[in-house]
Formats: sequence, C-alpha cells, structure tokens
Amino acid sequence: MSAVADTHAQDHHHGPAKGFSRWLLTTNHKDIGTMYLIFSFAMFLLGGTMAMVIRAELFQPGLQIVQPEFFNQMTTMHGLIMVFGAVMPAFVGLANWMLPLMIGAPDMALPRMNNWSFWLLPCAFLILVSTLFMEGGAPNFGWTFYAPLSTTYGPPSTTFFIFAVHIMGISSIMGAINVIATILNLRAPGMTLMKMPLFVWTWLITAFLLIAVMPVLAGVVTMMLMDINFGTSFFDASGGGDPVLFQHVFWFFGHPEVYIMILPAFGAVSHIIPAFSRKPLFGYASMVYAVGAIALLSFVVWAHHMFTVGIPIAGQLFFMYATMLIAVPTGVKVFNWVATMFRGALSFEAPMLFAVAFVILFTIGGFSGLMLAIAPADFQYHDTYFVVAHFHYVLVPGAIFGIFASAYFWLPKWTGHMYDETLAQTHFWLSFIGMNLAFFPMHFLGLAGMPRRIPDYALQFADFNMVSSVGAFMFGATQLLFLFIVVKCVRGGKAAAAQPWDGAEGLEWTVPSPAPYHTFATPPEVK
Amino acid sequence: MRVHAQRAGALIGGLMFPAVSLADWTLNMTPGVTGISNEIFSLHMIILWICVAIGVVVFGVMFWSIFAHRKSQGYKPANFHENTLVEILWTIIPFVILVVMAIPATATLVDMYDTTESDVDIKVTGYQWKWQYEYINEDFGYFSNLSTPRDQINNRQAKGENYLLEVDNPLIIPVGKKVRFLLTANDVIHSWWVPDFGVKKDAIPGFINETWTRVDEPGTYRGQCTELCGKDHGFMPVVVKAVPQEEYDTWVAEQKVAAEKERELTQKDWTMAELMERGEKAYQTACAACHQADGSGAPPAFPALKGSKIALEDMAAHIDIVVNGKSGTAMQAFGNQLSEVDLAAVITYERNAWGNNTGEMVTPKEIFDYKNEQ
Amino acid sequence: MDERTPAPEARPRTNARVVSWCLAGVVGMFAFGFALVPLYDVFCEITGINGKTGGRYEAVAAAEADVTRTVQVQFLAQNGPGMPWTFRPVTRSIDVHPGEPVTVAFFAQNPTGAAMVGQAVPSLSPSEGTLYFHKTECFCFNQQPLAAGESTEMPLVFIVDRDLPEHITKLTLSYTLYDQSKTATVSDTDRPITTTNENG
Repeated sequence: MSAVADTHAQDHHHGPAKGFSRWLLTTNHKDIGTMYLIFSFAMFLLGGTMAMVIRAELFQPGLQIVQPEFFNQMTTMHGLIMVFGAVMPAFVGLANWMLPLMIGAPDMALPRMNNWSFWLLPCAFLILVSTLFMEGGAPNFGWTFYAPLSTTYGPPSTTFFIFAVHIMGISSIMGAINVIATILNLRAPGMTLMKMPLFVWTWLITAFLLIAVMPVLAGVVTMMLMDINFGTSFFDASGGGDPVLFQHVFWFFGHPEVYIMILPAFGAVSHIIPAFSRKPLFGYASMVYAVGAIALLSFVVWAHHMFTVGIPIAGQLFFMYATMLIAVPTGVKVFNWVATMFRGALSFEAPMLFAVAFVILFTIGGFSGLMLAIAPADFQYHDTYFVVAHFHYVLVPGAIFGIFASAYFWLPKWTGHMYDETLAQTHFWLSFIGMNLAFFPMHFLGLAGMPRRIPDYALQFADFNMVSSVGAFMFGATQLLFLFIVVKCVRGGKAAAAQPWDGAEGLEWTVPSPAPYHTFATPPEVK
Repeated sequence: MRVHAQRAGALIGGLMFPAVSLADWTLNMTPGVTGISNEIFSLHMIILWICVAIGVVVFGVMFWSIFAHRKSQGYKPANFHENTLVEILWTIIPFVILVVMAIPATATLVDMYDTTESDVDIKVTGYQWKWQYEYINEDFGYFSNLSTPRDQINNRQAKGENYLLEVDNPLIIPVGKKVRFLLTANDVIHSWWVPDFGVKKDAIPGFINETWTRVDEPGTYRGQCTELCGKDHGFMPVVVKAVPQEEYDTWVAEQKVAAEKERELTQKDWTMAELMERGEKAYQTACAACHQADGSGAPPAFPALKGSKIALEDMAAHIDIVVNGKSGTAMQAFGNQLSEVDLAAVITYERNAWGNNTGEMVTPKEIFDYKNEQ
Repeated sequence: MDERTPAPEARPRTNARVVSWCLAGVVGMFAFGFALVPLYDVFCEITGINGKTGGRYEAVAAAEADVTRTVQVQFLAQNGPGMPWTFRPVTRSIDVHPGEPVTVAFFAQNPTGAAMVGQAVPSLSPSEGTLYFHKTECFCFNQQPLAAGESTEMPLVFIVDRDLPEHITKLTLSYTLYDQSKTATVSDTDRPITTTNENG
C-alpha cells in the first residue's frame, strides 16, 4: 500500500520520509493505518496457522500431530492472537485510515501518540509469541486464562503473557483516546453528531467501551501477576481468595470486549449496504441508538458466561433476562439493513457480498447467542462446541467478513487501483463455503456433547470433525488469495475514480484516489 | 528424525483404523433420561424453532430483495429511509417474543434449583485428571480414571467403542431416586457434565457446589469434564451407571466389604513379584499420564523416573514424595488417593522397572506405619 | 512532526481536555477493577452468593430453638493440593433445630515428620443458606499448627438461624484444608484485602 505515498511524495512539500524511518517515525494517519492493517493481517495468518494445527489434530480421533500440552498452547495463542492481534488492530487500522477522511479532518488528533500506540503492538506480540519458545511452553490455559489454572498452575511464561497483555492494553487505550479526541474535536464544520457517518459513530462508542474495560483487563492480569509473584491470593482459595472472582472480573471486561470486536463492523456494513443498494441507510437514528443500547447492556450481562459456576437463581434470572434483551437492539440493526436492501437497486461486488454474508451469518450467530442466553439450556451448551460454533459465527462472518468488506470497499481509495473483481469474488465464495463448512458442523458436535478445548474426542464426533477440518483448511488457504489480491491491487490495476462506487456517499469519496498523503488541510463544509 | 518417523507412522496408523464406521451424524441435542434434561430439550426445541421462524421471515425479505431488486434487472431504487411505525413495531415484537421465551426458561430454571430432600448424597471431587466419588452417607469412595489404553490414544491399537468415554470405576447410582451431587475440586476448576441428565456444574477448589438428578431408566451414561483443566482435560470422562435399587444396595454392601478387604491386604505379606504386578497397574492409572508409561516423563514439568535420583537413591525420600507430594509442583500427595497396597506397589515398581534395578521393595505395612508413625 | 496540521486556536486545549477526561476514565476503571475485589466480598457477605460463610457471630439475643423444625447439617472435609494431613469430620451429619447452638468437631492429624500449619477454608451449600449459618466458634477462624505426628480435634460451634427459608432442609458445610507452612511466616498485614478468611 506504499503506492499511496510514492506517487505523490515527490511533488509534495510535506511528503513522507524515505525508507524505514518513514514507517518508524510516521505520524501520518494513512501510514499508521496501513501499518495497523498489515500487522493485523500478519497476525491473522499467524493465528490462522495455529488454527490449522488445531484442526489438523482434530481431523480424526487419536493423537496424531501434537501432544495435549502443545494443543492447549495452540488454542490459547490462537484465541489471544486473533482477538488482540488480528481483529482489534484491523479495526484500529480502518479507524486510522477512514475516520479523518470521513469527518473531514487533516489527521488524527494526537498523531505522535498514534505512532506510539502502533509500535507498542509489535513489541507486545513479539513477547507473546516468544513464550512459545520458552521452557514450559506458551500459555496453555485458554484465552480466558481462568485462575487457578493460569496462576498456581500456569507455566513460567505466564508472567511474559501478562506483560504482553499490559502493553497491548496500553496500545488499545491510547488508540481509543485518539479516536475520541479526533471525533470530538476534528469534525468538519457543520458535521453534527447526528450527521456523523455510522462507522464514526460505532467507533466512538467502541472507543468508550475500550476505555471502560481495557483497564479492567489490565487490573485482572495485574492481580494474577501479584498472585503468581508476590504471594497475594486474590484468586487462590487457600489464602482466602476466590477463583470465581477471577471469572467475574474477566468477563466484566470480556463481554464488552466482544462488542468492541463487532461494533466497528456494524458501522462499516452500514456504509457498504446502502452504497450497493443505491438507497440511503434505513433508520440512521435507530442504528445509533441501537449501538448505544448494545454498548450499555454489554456491561450488565457478563455472568451469562458463568451460568454453571453456581450462581443463585436470582442471579441466573437477572443475567438471563439482561442477555436476552440485547437481542432487541441487535434485531433492530438487522431489520434496518434488510430494509435498506429492500427495494434498492442491488449489485453484488465483493464488498457487498461480504456485507450480505455478514448480515446473514452474524444473524445465525445471534440466534445461537440467544439460545445460549437461556440459562437452563446453557447448562447443556456451556463449554461445548456449540459455544465454539456460536462465537466463530459472530467473529468470523462478523468481525472478519466486516473487515474484508471494508478492505474491498476502500481499497480503491487507498491504492488508487481497482482490485481484481473476479479474484475477489472467488475469495468471497471460497471463504463463505469454507467458513460454513468449518463452523456449522460445530453446532452439531456441541449438541451431541463434544466439549471444547479437547485435543482428542470420542468416536461419534469423528465425521463432523473431519468435515470441519476440511472447511477450516479451505478457509485458511483462501486467505492467501486475499493477500495476493491486495498485493496485486497495490502494484497496479484499473485506475480508480475518486468515487469508484456509484452509490457510495461520504466525504472520503470527495478526495482523489489514491487519497493524497495529506487531505482536508482546509476542512470541508458539511451541510 | 525418529520423532518424525514415529509421527508419520502414527498418522498412517490412524488412517488405517477408520473410525467412520462407528461414527454417526447426530444433528441435535438428545432428550436425555431425566425430567430436567427433557425440559431442557423441549426448551431448546422451542427456541430453535422460534429462531428458525424469525430467520425465515428476515432472510425471506432479504432474499426477495436480492432476487427482485437488482440493478442488473434494471430495478430503480426507492428512496425511503425511515418509518417510525415500522421501527417501533420491530422493537416491540421481538421484545414480546423474548418474554414468551423467558417464561418456560424461568420455569425450568426453578425446577433445576429444587432443594427437596435427596435419597443419596455423593461428593464429587475433580483432580487433574480424574474424578473422585465419595458416598458420604456410606463411608466409602473411590477414584474414577480414564481406562482407554494409551495405545489406542496414540493410534497403535484400534479404538474401542467407548473410546475416551470409559473409566475403571464408574459412578453407580440407583434409578428413581433423587441423587444429590456436592462438587468441589482439589487443584483447578473442573466441570462435571452428563448430557443425558442435563447436569453440568463447575467443581471449584475451596468451594462447594451442588446439583441433583433423578434417573428413571437404568443404563450407562457418559459425559466429560467441560472446563479446561490442563494437559489431560480431554481425558477425564464421567461415566455413571444407573442401576435398580436392589442392585445398588448389593453393590454398596460389596464396596464396604471391599474396603475392609483392602485394609486386610495391607497386613498381608507381599512378595516382590506380586508388588511389581500390582504396581505396574497402579502406575498406569495414577502416574503414567505425567511420568509416561516408560518412566521417561515430560521434562521440565514432569521429570523422568527412569534413572532418577528419587527412584534410585534414598527410599524414605521416595516414599515421602509419593505420599506427601511436592508442593508448588504438579506432584500431588497420593497418600490420601491410593491405598497402602497401591502406594507400596507403585514405589516398588518405580524402583525396579525400566532398568531401575535397585532390587528394593517396600511393603504395604511399612507404608501404613510410615503414614501413622511419623 | 505535526507542524503541518493546521492548528486553530482552540484545538490544543480541547485535545488536552479530552485526553485528561479519558485518562481519568482509564485510571478510574483500573481502580474499579481492583475495587471489584472488596466489592465482591461485601456483595457476597450481604447475599451469601459464593457460599463463603461469615466470621464470628455474636448472638444479639439468645434466640430460642425452633423445635418444630429440623434441619440436617452435613459436614465434608477435604485437603488442598499437596496437603498430607488426615482431616475428617467426627460427626458426618447432624439434625439440628434452628436457633439452638450446636457443637461438632473435626479431626486433624499431621502424619509427616515436620511441624506444619493448616488453614481450613469453609464453604456452604446451598449458598442461599450462607446468611443463615452462624459460627460462634470455629477452628477456621485461625490457622492450625500441628507438630510432627500430632493430632487434634477441632471444635465448631454454630447456630442455624430461625429465619432459614422453609424450602432449605439440608445444609452442607465443607472445609478444605490448605497447607500454609510456607506462607505462614507472611504477616497478616502483608496480605491483601482479599484475605477475608482469617476471620471466616
């Protein structure tokens, strides 16, 4: 994506520096956005490789490829890398690129902090990945790192894991502060809050969620650190602590976290569907209120992850009802997207394909989420593959497809070239089929009684596991095609117009493609 | 190279024992054999069908748009973008549907929390990686370990019908009686699940949880640990046999006799060969998961016993570490987990197997004295 | 670096303000994360949800026993990891009338060749009953030192509250005994606020 700069660097007074120092020292939101996107894709491939190891081991019953210790390290690292390394940085990358363009700002509000918050990430993940090579291996207690498995019984590398989480937390918090400052202070004259594009709205709310919960994550890992190294017993029953307290604090962070990973995708899809329906978004205001409602509700539902720990019935009922309530605003969003498509003039370029798949598959993930919210039924679903199916249905077609849709939608603006539509549609169909093949059978496995996080399983689960692994390999291999498409698009292709999509609206389409290194030096007027 | 060759061999071996013939394509939850599991099943089906119905409506509209309102068909877009009435309706209708769902869900939950008098109370303790069952009214208990041979797991042997879902000592309960489970754990959090009962509850170290079941049909029911508890989380199944009351009573009586016999065995004079034979068996269930069947261990967490100082030198230190464990490590105190006979057999075995030829043996009586006199 | 960004007069100030508000939020939420620990303890004490029974109970007025009602109290004992002591209730189960003080004992023996310190951690099921189970005397209020080979019977005096909900007919009190020999030297003040157990 360096094409952004190269073509414009020479004739521009404040063009980018040359070589490596350009990237190391840059404060340009487009450069930083590019780096975030590249980093997150690298992490996506790394986390994906680990998923391939997991699926290869689960291809058939028996231990073939890895031992249980290593298998547990793979599931843990896969989860951590995908959540903190792939999905979250990808959205920060999109925010960096698009927020200033969408609100008519010259850059992010705090460009130097922006640079720092990016460069912390590679450091954090270098530490995290290096734990794989340490004595005793990488963290092996799942991405939820429940105490006391992660404290008293954790491997020696746990301290490094905690350090890495601290660093990536600081990075996320700085990114969030930057987003808030940019949106609140740098909007073009005339752009009132209720005129903001939805991607800006969803990111504003996401940023507030990040500020609210990332410190809690930092707190919980700090308590772990103290339990492990300083003899405290926050989570150790022998010293008067409570392992269940860990779960409460973790999920107080963890549930808003899942919305952090999905809300920006809601925003992006709310631009893409109207653009390819050639019709304005239905119910803009209710979309904004729905996102706000989801964000608020996300703070009072955490214990639905803990229905089996022995919460008294009053608590079970409260968390069940609160969780079910989230279905209302989520439903409103889905209905709005469908109503936007209804009686539009639809065309199905790659961004739209991913966006439509997002709506359908995310809704399926929402349905299974609703089923999981029913506390008595959750006693059967909890910690089985049904849960694995559920959260992969919300995260893969939700977050990941949302990111792909955004990437195809804005690639022409970033690179100045149109991507190869045929290849992109191939990428879509292979991803779509692979993803469903990988994750749909997991519903059946869970309902038939297969627990999650096991390296080997009973024979009645063999067939669907094999199908699932085939689907996963297919989905994984397909992502190399995406890499090829993006590289091809950066290097050349049909020149993109400033407004490559006839139905798209917004300030980002008023600047030339590729977007010049500096845009909106004078703020545009929004009516 | 050797490792690779072994892995390749294992892979081929795995492919040669196709499990497919035994597998089935179960799609749905099974209703189970208890009142609660049946309630959960019908709740599951109600919600599933409600979701399907909503899906049909929403996706129906969507697919209609996809097929009918295409630019390529020359369809001209409308320009509406809000409709207050519609928006209010599709906020209220889902809310009403949710209330409809919540009513049976609440009823089932109340049933699950029933605290009426139970007939049998069983304490279930999770260990890394086995379950302990104690019949607290009857004064006996035992451990339940995975009984699938390591060779099946490592693809050196064809897998049996109940691969990974079989144990040496299943939990035995009477049919038609309310059985109350009190759950706790020794080390990390485990979770005890029998799908057919609709019972799943976390076993948390230092805390006690309770749940209950009443099984109406005799049979063998299988489940697994459902909370990640470390290396062998996938290898600690739950097997429950529900038997008629008379059979249960006979079994309880037998258990009491067996416990008495075990005490007598301690006093018996054991020969080296007898101890080695029993020791090998006990070693496979209690020790091999970590220290490996050939004593090679998995350093650094699980040290090798073959050629180790502990197994070759001071006998007292060896007994001490097996009986009392080593705090701060994965080595548990087996003093309360294994009988004196098994402790003596395991220690004797470890001192004489795999080329550890010390020729030394320790008798159950000595262990008994060690435990009591120190 | 940012000399190129046009800087209207008001902007730097508002940025500083937004950043300070956000940082205040971050610090506040970090503190809140830690505050959840005592908050959770207080919440549990009020609602009894985690089954952790409270500290020493001072009877306000000697309540009369409700002889019309009988509640079964069961006792369980187990050892924490690596704890070699023998530890069991002397009485497995006892029927009591709500309101009457009852004394039971637990047996503990240190079979090892070294002096050790144990700490029993209580837990009650169903957790709903926690609020109605009062201990006036309990070995779990203190750490238990036992010399090599020493054994002891440890007393527990409790009262089941007369207000115990009708539907609860059986209470199970479980103690897990943990080896504190290593940490026993750490003074109480060095321990975090989470250590509510010394009095519970």
